[in-house]
Amino acid sequence: MLDLLQRLGRAALGFFRRLGRGNLFLLQTLASMPGMLLRPGLVVRQMWSVGVLTLVIIVVSALFVGMVMGLQGYNTLVDFGAEESLGILVALSLVRELGPVVTALLFAGRAGSALTAEIGLMKATEQLSGMEMMAVDPVQRVIAPRFLAAFLAMPLLAAIFSAVGVFGGYLVGVGLLGVDDGAFWSQMQGKVDFYDDILNGIIKSIVFGFVAGWIALYEGYDAVPTAEGVSQATTRTVVHSALVVLGLDFVLTALMFGG
Amino acid sequence: MNTRTVEIGVGLFVAAGCAALFVLAMQVSNLTTLGSSGGYRLTANFENIGGLKVRSPVTVSGVRVGRVESINYDLHTFQAVVTMNIEDRYKGFPEDTSASIFTAGLLGEQYVALEPGGSMTSLTDGGHIQLTQSALVLEQLIGQFLYSMAGKKPDGGTANHVENQTLGQPEPAPAPQPGQ
Repeated sequence: MLDLLQRLGRAALGFFRRLGRGNLFLLQTLASMPGMLLRPGLVVRQMWSVGVLTLVIIVVSALFVGMVMGLQGYNTLVDFGAEESLGILVALSLVRELGPVVTALLFAGRAGSALTAEIGLMKATEQLSGMEMMAVDPVQRVIAPRFLAAFLAMPLLAAIFSAVGVFGGYLVGVGLLGVDDGAFWSQMQGKVDFYDDILNGIIKSIVFGFVAGWIALYEGYDAVPTAEGVSQATTRTVVHSALVVLGLDFVLTALMFGG
Repeated sequence: MNTRTVEIGVGLFVAAGCAALFVLAMQVSNLTTLGSSGGYRLTANFENIGGLKVRSPVTVSGVRVGRVESINYDLHTFQAVVTMNIEDRYKGFPEDTSASIFTAGLLGEQYVALEPGGSMTSLTDGGHIQLTQSALVLEQLIGQFLYSMAGKKPDGGTANHVENQTLGQPEPAPAPQPGQ
């Protein structure tokens, strides 16, 4: 009985210890942000690996998500003779939800896991300690540019996802199923509000980029420096990012559209 | 991977992201029609505006000429006051223009339809539209229909209250209203 209680207590303490380390890590990263203004080259190189290399999976999945939504939405809406509303359906669901959320999930899988593995391996091969020996702050040199790149890349990726997804819905709806071209766009423009829908979607994606970058970098930085530890950290990055993104999405949606 | 390729790639990525945002703003959302705050205002009193909302369209012969700017309730006349913003290029509707609230399609959103009259003087900024027709509320319609059906039976007369509605003030509904 007491053993059970002790195990519970140890798990809880471990959880809070990790949470605290994570927050300290975040503060340390944010504190070294100003230094990044002097070294934009580092951020650009990370934008390449975090943003540009993620672009392919984002564009392809956005196209297919939009096309599937066009197809499914049409099949439902045509029963009510409201197939012209397809544009609203596709655009609103992409801009408000699917754009930020699916982008964040793909981002965690494609870029977040790579970040964790990279930093975990750096730690395992003692490159980070080597930097400290040379009086180079690893947080400033390694972590901060990656964090900033993730933070900047996410909204751009989400915007691209939404735009390509709407185009995919247009291809299927107008090109394949014969929804009227003008009605598709004009109804969409009538219902989608720039501030309420698009800006809120962008805010969501900024939050997700912040969280996904934080989790990925922290898991790598905090990984047990062995092969097994790095692999576990990579798994945790994907799982935790997905859970946190989906949970936060509910909270943000309730705040933005619930009232 | 040399630095030049990386930088060009990132540049393209950022440009594509901004372009996507631009497309979303211009093509998908209503930002293009949002900024046209220029125009002149007309007000109209309605008995019942149904589901009319701020930013609902205002049309003439099906052409959108403006948007509903605000909706208030007047405690003196006990009517809803709808303020419409009409674009400047559609100036000069006659004074006896009438405004009605219609529904686009069976389940669509509601909009204000203006119908120009024949007067020589025209409405200017802040003008008030006298002739209005309220939104059709389905429950009210069914109630009136049931009442007229009930009224028909005993004497076979034609108590067609539904058609009797004049423009502007819908008849105060007769006292016993089934279905309400």
